[in-house]
Amino acid sequence: MSETVHHDYQGAKIGMWLFLFTEFMLFGGLFILYAGSRALNPEAFHSAGRELSVPLGVANTVILLTSSLFVAAAITAIQKGNKKLSLILTGLTAACGALFLVNKAAEWGMKFHHGIYPNGPGLAQRPAGEALFFGLYYIMTGLHGLHVLAGTVLLTVMAVLVSRERVRQDDYVLLENSGLYWHLVDVIWIFLLPLFYLAA
Amino acid sequence: MSYLDRQGGGLLSWIASTDHKRIGLLYLALMTVFFFVAVGIGVAMRLKHLSGGDFLMTAQTYNALFTVHGVIMIFLFVIPGLPAVFGNFFLPILIGAKDVAFPRLNLLSWYFFVTGAALAVLSLFTGHGPPDTGWTFYVPFSIKTGTNVSLAVLAAFVLGLSSILTGLNFITTIHRLRAPGMTWHRMPLFVWSLYATAWIQVLVTPIIGITLVLVILERFFNIGVFDPAKGGDPLLYQHMFWTYSHPAVYIMIVPAMGAISEIIPTFSRKSIFGYNAIAYSSIAIAGFGSMVWAHHMFTSGMADTADFVFSLLTFIVAVPSAIKVFNWTATLYKGSIEMSPAMLYALSFVFLFAIGGLTGVMQGALGLNVHLHDTYWIVGHFHYVMFGGTGFAFFAALLYWFPKMTGRMYAARPAYAAWGLTFTGFNILYFTMLVLGAQGMPRRYYAHLPQFHDAHLVATAGSWLLAAGLVTLFSNFICALFRGRKAEANPWGGITLEWTISSPPPTENFAEVPTVTAGPYAYNPGRPG
Repeated sequence: MSETVHHDYQGAKIGMWLFLFTEFMLFGGLFILYAGSRALNPEAFHSAGRELSVPLGVANTVILLTSSLFVAAAITAIQKGNKKLSLILTGLTAACGALFLVNKAAEWGMKFHHGIYPNGPGLAQRPAGEALFFGLYYIMTGLHGLHVLAGTVLLTVMAVLVSRERVRQDDYVLLENSGLYWHLVDVIWIFLLPLFYLAA
Repeated sequence: MSYLDRQGGGLLSWIASTDHKRIGLLYLALMTVFFFVAVGIGVAMRLKHLSGGDFLMTAQTYNALFTVHGVIMIFLFVIPGLPAVFGNFFLPILIGAKDVAFPRLNLLSWYFFVTGAALAVLSLFTGHGPPDTGWTFYVPFSIKTGTNVSLAVLAAFVLGLSSILTGLNFITTIHRLRAPGMTWHRMPLFVWSLYATAWIQVLVTPIIGITLVLVILERFFNIGVFDPAKGGDPLLYQHMFWTYSHPAVYIMIVPAMGAISEIIPTFSRKSIFGYNAIAYSSIAIAGFGSMVWAHHMFTSGMADTADFVFSLLTFIVAVPSAIKVFNWTATLYKGSIEMSPAMLYALSFVFLFAIGGLTGVMQGALGLNVHLHDTYWIVGHFHYVMFGGTGFAFFAALLYWFPKMTGRMYAARPAYAAWGLTFTGFNILYFTMLVLGAQGMPRRYYAHLPQFHDAHLVATAGSWLLAAGLVTLFSNFICALFRGRKAEANPWGGITLEWTISSPPPTENFAEVPTVTAGPYAYNPGRPG
């Protein structure tokens, strides 16, 4: 009974888009929380925002944007039947995801080193709103990081599927949906960057 | 061969089945168990009020009971109820499809549901006692209390995932799998209601998900997003909670309205009055219902402007509900009405929902709200909507579709008796609560003052009748499962697609995909309305 269902590309894409809507709403809740918290503590957010490294944030932005380009190109490649190129581009996308995570981990590590984490010594003497800023920073970039991780795993799986020709010129909806998911991860980051790194 | 006897009867052929009909029945079985557990808890709370002081249980136990009653009823019965059971079973059949769009995802939703249910049960027996916050998990108490809130909240989160996946599946199914000729305006109204509901499920459930995650994070890491001492704002929690939990009320009631829109035309032998109005009012409810959440917070100290706006929107959202009530009533006019048990429950739904809805409009008035907030009035109001509304619609739908789902007929007489008991008991119990609340009895209080005592006794007596009715109703179903006579394909004379196939339906639903040539309720072709 599911043969017809499997080949309903339109249906698969509708399903994926609906899933992306839920992701937007999930982060949407956090953006509301950020807006409310920032309205209550404008100065603390300003001063705390200065401590995040803009170069690192921008580097991660460049990494993610490039990876989005790679995945879009990977889909075009498979549409045109170029398996090898698609495989390389999918692999590059996953590699960018991993690079982003390494960068992020280094950033978190430095903050932890300075005692900047919820109830950490680095925040003890500061105004209340600054601790809240970093709390939100960890929650929101943390949740985003989990999504990058999931996307990286997903794209690695896709690379395997492309190489085994489970994803091929006449059946590539899995790769297309993974690409959509990856773009979502990218778009969320585009909002996180100004809210935290450029908040000052 | 029906879907019930294929692959033998082994347990695995059920719990690993991607057949939407089997999944619907799985939900029904588990939900019925939880429903009766929560009914039992409700009766126990009423028994406590046989005395105004210490009686039967400690105050801490009482707090745990109303929390667990709420969590089970809301997250495990009323929210998933009609979509998961009747939506799963009948949505594909009503649009002439063989299954939902993503059958395996559907099975996954069921497993999320089971996991959530298991976590909820686990939260009762592990840690430092069952949660005692009320089902709303308001901060700061939910963050400070030592009871097992984290696990209960995680349970609600997982149940939310299940709800999202079901909604996503239904929207895709309705868009992609309608049979030839099944245009949007030929879809049965239950399908329209599931469509509106599914959108609410997909769009607002993630908000409660993230809110509940924040409660857990706060409990473990004490970040302070809702703590004023750390720059946070506890009101934000309430906003985020109700951004989901008010639309959730419409997740509960809209499919119920859809089921009623199926039952009333069948037993009136008449086309529904105002098909378009009923269909689009479901969408309107979904839209406006998402913008009224802060009417739960009129006494919380938020801005006056917000109070006014949310009060106005609350009045507006009553309009589409009223449109439905008028159209159901107009459908009855000059119909050939058959008072079957399903129809009796459906008409009770209209009556009880009208009381629930109108008391809701009263609460939307700012002045009155201050007086009624957090009293038994509120408890009475939402039981009229959730139980008198969704609960009675669930029973009506079960009475209507039971022969189709199981292939067995139930006995009519016990079903009528059950209706008499539930309807009488319900009104004695909850109308008394409305009166108690208007007189000032606060909700969730363990003790009560002497002037409220007589009314408490009346309400408790009502709870006994209601419970007796529910036991009668469901034991009748269980008897019918084993000893009921075989049901015909179309016992009620319905004309939507589910009545064109055998009872119980064949595994693939339709031998060949049906072609639809008319609207769903064309009882009197050639004559308008």
